[in-house]
Amino acid sequence: MSITSAKTGSTSLSLALENNFMEPIASTLVGAGGTNSIIFNDIPQTYKNLQIRLMSRNDRASTGDTLGIQFNGDTSINNYVWQHSMYTNNGSAGAAGYGSGVNASIYLGECPSANASASIFAVSVADILDYASTSKNKTLRSLNGKEANVSAQGFVSLSSGVWLSTTPISSIKIFSNNGNFVQYSRFSLYGIKV
Amino acid sequence: MAAKTGTYTLIASNTLAAITTEITFSSIPATYTDLVVVVNYKANNGGKYLTMRLNGDTGTNYSRTEIFADGTSITSQNLTNESYAYINSVYASTGTWATFILNLNDYSNTTTFKSIVTRSNSSTYVGMNANLWRSTAAINTIFLTALGSGYDVGSTFKLYGIEAAK
Repeated sequence: MSITSAKTGSTSLSLALENNFMEPIASTLVGAGGTNSIIFNDIPQTYKNLQIRLMSRNDRASTGDTLGIQFNGDTSINNYVWQHSMYTNNGSAGAAGYGSGVNASIYLGECPSANASASIFAVSVADILDYASTSKNKTLRSLNGKEANVSAQGFVSLSSGVWLSTTPISSIKIFSNNGNFVQYSRFSLYGIKV
Repeated sequence: MAAKTGTYTLIASNTLAAITTEITFSSIPATYTDLVVVVNYKANNGGKYLTMRLNGDTGTNYSRTEIFADGTSITSQNLTNESYAYINSVYASTGTWATFILNLNDYSNTTTFKSIVTRSNSSTYVGMNANLWRSTAAINTIFLTALGSGYDVGSTFKLYGIEAAK
C-alpha cells in the first residue's frame, strides 16, 4: 500500500523527507587529542525516533576495530543482543554475526584504525526506534561501511540490536572497543518526528 | 539538551521527462554536514547500474566493497582503482524500478577521503555498498550516470542536505 498525501500527492519516502521531519539535537567533531567515547546526555523525549550519523576512525594498532553503542549507562551485558550481516574483503564470503550476553553494548559496525590506509573513515547511519517508549524494549538498526582501495580493509554491514529495557533512552554512549576516536571523527544526533 | 531548528533540506530534485544518461547536481552548498541522495529509477533498455563521479573526477580514484543478493545467490566483492563509484551491482531490469539511498557524510571537509554507504533495492536485487573517493576535496558536484543507455521517464533523483547541531 502506498501512503499518499492528499495535500501534495507525494508518496512514501518523499512525503517523509519533504515535511521537515528531522531536527538536529547534538553533534561532536573530535579534536586533535582524540576521545575514547562520545556521550549524548539529556536527550529530549519529544521525538518518535532517533538517528545517529557518524564518521569514525580510531587509534588502535590494527587496521580496524568494532563500534559499540550503550544506553542510559547500562553496563549489564545481559541487556544487549545484536545480529549483523557483513562482508569484509579479505577473501571470505559474506558472514553473519550474533551476540547475546557478550558486551554491554549493541554492535554498531566497524571503523578503520591506525594501521589502515591514511585518510579513510567509516560511515554509519543508525536508527533507534520508539526510543521514548516506556513499554517496549529498544531496537536499533545500523548501516555501516568503510573502504580503503586495498585488500582486507573494506567492510560493509547491516546490523540490528535490542536493549532489553523499557526505560526511555535519555543517554547514548558510542565507543570503539579497543581504541580512542581520532581527530575528524564526527558524531551527530537527530530527532525524527512522526 | 535542547533541540534546534529543523534540518534535512531538499537541495535539488530531478524527475525525468525524457530518457537521460546523466544527472548532475552542481554548485552544492558546503553548509551542510551530510548529503543524502535518493534515487528511484527505471531502466529503459537492459539492466542499468547506478554510477557516480564526484567533482568531475574521471581518474581511477574510486573503489568499492559490496554485498548483494538476487533471491537465489549472494555475492560479495571488492574492486579497486575504478573510474566510477559503482553503487552496487543491484540494478533494475528493463521496465522495472530500483531505489538507492546514498549517504555522503562530512562531504565538505577538506582533510579526509570521502566515504559513501548505500542501501539498494530492486524487484530482483538487494544490496549494500561502501564506496571510497580518494580525494580530500570538498564535494561540490555529483554526476549520476547510467552506463549504456539511459534512465527512463519518471525516474527521480533527489539531493538532500542534513545540517547537524552547532
